Amino acid sequence: MSQLLEVSGISVSFDGFKAINNLSFSIGHAEMRAIIGPNGAGKTTFMDIVTGKTKPDEGSVLWGDLSRNLIGMNEAKIARIGIGRKFQRPTVFEDQSVFDNLMIAVRNDRSPLAVLFFRPKTKDNDKVHELASTIGLSQELMRKSGELSHGQKQWLEIGMLLAQDPKLLLVDEPAAGMTLGEREHTTDILKEAAKTRAVVVIEHDMEFIRRLDCKVTVLHEGSVLAEGALDHVTKNQDVIDVYLGR
Amino acid sequence: MIRFLSVVFMLIMTLGLAAQAQDANIQDVLQEHREAIEKSSRKTIAPAIDAIAASGLPSAQTVLQKWQSKDMWQRKSDGQFFYAEKVDSKTYTIFAFEGGTPLGDIAKADLDQLKPNSGIRAMIGAALVQFQLNDPDPVRRQEAILAIQRDGEASHLAPLRASIASEADPDIKALKEVTERLLTISYDTDDAARVTAIQGFNGALSLEARAALNPVLSTKITLKDSLPETANIKRKIIAGSDALSVSDAFDMLVASGVTQAQPTVSERKDALAANIVDGKVGGVAVADLNTQDARDRAYQTLAEAGTVPAWDAGFSEADAVKSAAFVEVYDESSKAVTDAAEATLKTIDRAVGLNQTLDLALDGLSLASIYFLAAIGLAITFGVMGVINMAHGEFIMMGAYTGYVVQQIIPDYTLSIIVAIPAAFMVTFAAGVAMERLIIRWLYNRPLETLLASFGVAIALQQIAKNIFGTQARPLTSPAWLDGALVFNDVLAISYIRIAIFVLAGIFLAVFLFIMKKTRLGLETRAVTQNPRMAASMGINPDRVNMLTFGLGSGIAGIAGVAIGLYAKVTSEMGADYIVQSFMTVVVGGVGNIWGTLLGALGIGFLQKGIEWLNPSNTLAAQTYMIVFIIIFIQFRPKGIIALKGRAAGD
Amino acid sequence: MKNSFFMKNPSLLVFLGLLALFTLGVTLMSEAYGSGLVSTSFVKTLGKTLCLALVAIAMDLVWGYTGILSLGHFAFFGVGGYMIGMWLMYARTEIIVVNSMASAPIPPTASELSDAIGSQIFGVVGSSDFPAIWMFADSLVLQLFMVVLVPGLVALVFGWLAFRSRVTGVYLSILTQAMTLALSLYLFQNDSGLRGNNGLSGLQNLPGADNIPQSVISIWFLWGSALALALTYIATSFVVSGKFGSVIRGIRDDEARVRFLGYSVEGYKLFVFVLTAIMAAIGGALYYPQAGIINPAEIAPIASIYLAVWVAIGGRGRIYGAVIGAVVVSLVSTWFTGGQAPNINLGFYVVKWVDWWQVLLGLSFVLVTLFAPKGIGGLVDLFTGRLAPSRKGAPLGPDAGSLREEEAEK
Repeated sequence: MSQLLEVSGISVSFDGFKAINNLSFSIGHAEMRAIIGPNGAGKTTFMDIVTGKTKPDEGSVLWGDLSRNLIGMNEAKIARIGIGRKFQRPTVFEDQSVFDNLMIAVRNDRSPLAVLFFRPKTKDNDKVHELASTIGLSQELMRKSGELSHGQKQWLEIGMLLAQDPKLLLVDEPAAGMTLGEREHTTDILKEAAKTRAVVVIEHDMEFIRRLDCKVTVLHEGSVLAEGALDHVTKNQDVIDVYLGR
Repeated sequence: MIRFLSVVFMLIMTLGLAAQAQDANIQDVLQEHREAIEKSSRKTIAPAIDAIAASGLPSAQTVLQKWQSKDMWQRKSDGQFFYAEKVDSKTYTIFAFEGGTPLGDIAKADLDQLKPNSGIRAMIGAALVQFQLNDPDPVRRQEAILAIQRDGEASHLAPLRASIASEADPDIKALKEVTERLLTISYDTDDAARVTAIQGFNGALSLEARAALNPVLSTKITLKDSLPETANIKRKIIAGSDALSVSDAFDMLVASGVTQAQPTVSERKDALAANIVDGKVGGVAVADLNTQDARDRAYQTLAEAGTVPAWDAGFSEADAVKSAAFVEVYDESSKAVTDAAEATLKTIDRAVGLNQTLDLALDGLSLASIYFLAAIGLAITFGVMGVINMAHGEFIMMGAYTGYVVQQIIPDYTLSIIVAIPAAFMVTFAAGVAMERLIIRWLYNRPLETLLASFGVAIALQQIAKNIFGTQARPLTSPAWLDGALVFNDVLAISYIRIAIFVLAGIFLAVFLFIMKKTRLGLETRAVTQNPRMAASMGINPDRVNMLTFGLGSGIAGIAGVAIGLYAKVTSEMGADYIVQSFMTVVVGGVGNIWGTLLGALGIGFLQKGIEWLNPSNTLAAQTYMIVFIIIFIQFRPKGIIALKGRAAGD
Repeated sequence: MKNSFFMKNPSLLVFLGLLALFTLGVTLMSEAYGSGLVSTSFVKTLGKTLCLALVAIAMDLVWGYTGILSLGHFAFFGVGGYMIGMWLMYARTEIIVVNSMASAPIPPTASELSDAIGSQIFGVVGSSDFPAIWMFADSLVLQLFMVVLVPGLVALVFGWLAFRSRVTGVYLSILTQAMTLALSLYLFQNDSGLRGNNGLSGLQNLPGADNIPQSVISIWFLWGSALALALTYIATSFVVSGKFGSVIRGIRDDEARVRFLGYSVEGYKLFVFVLTAIMAAIGGALYYPQAGIINPAEIAPIASIYLAVWVAIGGRGRIYGAVIGAVVVSLVSTWFTGGQAPNINLGFYVVKWVDWWQVLLGLSFVLVTLFAPKGIGGLVDLFTGRLAPSRKGAPLGPDAGSLREEEAEK
């Protein structure tokens, strides 16, 4: 079975600083993967490259069965072919209701004219309600999303991500700033999502990763240091030296 | 030719008779030529004038001057010549030419005034030139030479040449030599001499050289057949080209009688109008004459009836001129001379082109200095603090008005400028600090609101200035030592004011770099720019730093205002003229970097001058194109010439 | 569905009702159709004000909703005016020339006519040839088409260039200002083909309507302006109420997020930019026949900044806010600069409002920006009790230009 995303040999530098150094990475169609690593290891930059925000100096990012090269595509196009991204800080449209936030995200024709004359059909409304119950915000649909708590905003953003129906979800620190109960709920949502699509989670919290129960990739100084099950990598001496030991 | 010979004769006389001059008497010379002088005819007077001029007597100049100004009189009794002054209407005092001794009063009736006609006066004038060229006073010699340069004549050539050898002053000698060449080009009859003189101006930049060469190369376009075999033809001309329009060529053919003119459209129309009979012309109803076709038909009918001149509908001027040969012919007959002149003019054009390029570069540099001055304050507030200050232009205006007010108080221009610069800085610094405290600091992180609020300040300030100082422009006079220009040659010059602005821009750059790199304020500013929270936790007070930075940027705008006011008029709207260009400078250069601002100013200054040079008649178009160019430039370098890269850019 | 559209825009019906009442009222008080209480020149002022309200709505859509502070929309307004002005001037000059040539012994040919019209129109700039841009000036239909097409194309090209390179925030504002400056400088040239700084004049005289008094024409234009304003209001309500409105407000608050949702942000911005440019142009095409003259000074960058001022004072991000701002500021400004406002004698100095109105405007603008970011329209919230979310001081979005908490809350 071919891989969903194959990143090979990418490098990028900012003013001489090598943020990503000959990084290779691949993930299958319905797979959960956690990426850990110390600060400055290039985790977020890696996501920037995959989603088209940053152009790498060299290397290729191949996507799907057709192996399309993502480099050179703009962010919107990459998002439309099925890569969804959640930012570190929850970014939802705070001035708009939860319903509107989800409705924007629901997979539909995204060209301006189609959107201008868009009227939600029953299936769109059903989809929104279904997502709302998945992320536990059914009661809050008509509230302005700015009024939500931090954790709820994180869920809303994950919900928006799921609404896009992506093949690959890139999730940056979903559990940051959450209570224990909220974390469990988040883990459930992600694990549920990973049954039908690929999910990449960047996280610092080892407990959270353990609960995800998936393959782990350790990044250090812009390249892969180790890869494997969590127990496997935590025993790796290099990983202990650069990350866990400190 | 006679005149030339006579001049040569005169030269020989000058040399040969110099020894005799001691004991000769001017009266004798005059008496010798008495007949010619009395007759006062242009044809016969030349020997007399030459003899006087060549006498070598000190009084010869006086004689010629008095004669020329109609002050020379002849005593009827003995035919002696004197100059005379009027005592009353009937009596004149006469003076001897030598030493100007008064010889007593005499009745006007006993005297005859010599009234040389204008032709003779001109000849006398030419003879006088040699005296002026040899005048002991170098200033008067120089004046005489310059007068010849301005308004030379063939007759000046010989005395000028004669005076070169004896010239002691090297500067004047050089001037004489140049002038001699100029005169040679225009008036010498010897082609070889002219060619040599022309070649002497290879690569020269002076306006005079070009002015002397251009008439040599004057041409006219004419029919080839009308010319003699020997004509000095420049080139063939094709009728219908840029040099000769078809209609001009046709007119030439008509004038030479080669062909007949055809009635023009409007003539035919007039003819039709004159031949309306019962609402019809040539069988066509008047109301139907609203197409050229119908008109042509009607005219044809009239022409066939013989009522109007014949007209050939198929006739085409273009065809008619096709068979004729047109040429451009030099007015100058000698090909050697015109070839030499063309070649020399080419070298001159090259040299002028080179100097014009340099001049353009200087213009561009001074414009860049002005933009830099106007933009540097903005670069601080916009670049360093991320604050858009639309009132920046009004701070420039405030600085200029401060300069104006200082000049009303201190009349000495030098002193007032020295006072005005710190005064303008203080006024605008205070205004900037006040604006920051009252408005800007509430709007950090809201750049669009800052833009609009500062625009509100801008329109208020502009109107207040208008209310105080009125709408007419106020002068900000520069000190005398800044008047004038540094002239390198006739092409290359730069005014001292522009040099001063250039120097001021350099000083600003140095001061800015010093403040930012070497002072505590600079360090704190950079810290606050990069990470305000971190800076605050290190004990830096961001409020204070922002306030001072904003004040500094505004203060520099004030000084820029004084500088700009010196060379442009001070009006309440002057700030608005610079604000867009200033923003462009900062944006093109790249935000947050003083070198970027410098590069931006240079780029925009040179670009604007370059476009103006390509299209000199239209400075408005130049500005339009420049802005369009900048918009396109932003496409390729959205962050300006010097861009921050990577994460620091915050994208 | 129509029901829900009006439900979503409660202000729409109120506005349409008020506009209809206003138009009817002015008509009944006009010299042409009513008591004559309102002078013809004031009818024109009111008609022009409606056009300004129209362009303010366009500005609100592009700035208040989409977050693009364009300092160029008044230029589109002016270009629209130029386009209709070309036809008005051509058609009227044609009538005059035809009449004057009718007495000639021989009727003029088509090219003679065109030459005579050309020298009539372009005599002031020392030319008599029709530039290529006047190609369609003889046809009202084609020239009306140009009203939409020319500003639309300018906006399309400029917007495409600007948005493609991701110029945002104040950079974009400055770039649009530069565009406006370039356009006005271009029009100032005599060889721009639009009579340089003379501009186009005599636009208040409708061709072929010499027998109809201005008092009647002014009312017609008032109706036309009111209709255009109503349609613009409805169209804008439609644009901002659905998912499209959701997307553009998303772009305003967090452009990157919208992009990662798969929306082509540039495409949306370009769409809104061009749409609003066309709205502005239509406003201009109705405004300048009432003003009678258009020249390049109308397009100067400052006019576009004033447009932003109106919208800010009225309250951006709400359509009625733009209308209130444009109407209040322009009418108050007319009152002050017209010399009707009483002078204030301070004893040592007499405040003449003609001189001091600009100062007052500038300062009040600063005050509005500082203390009432929601503008006059914010007062409405006091009655409707529109609640804003509390974010404990956090901004609504990370991008420059997004709504901040202090604006969103009361």
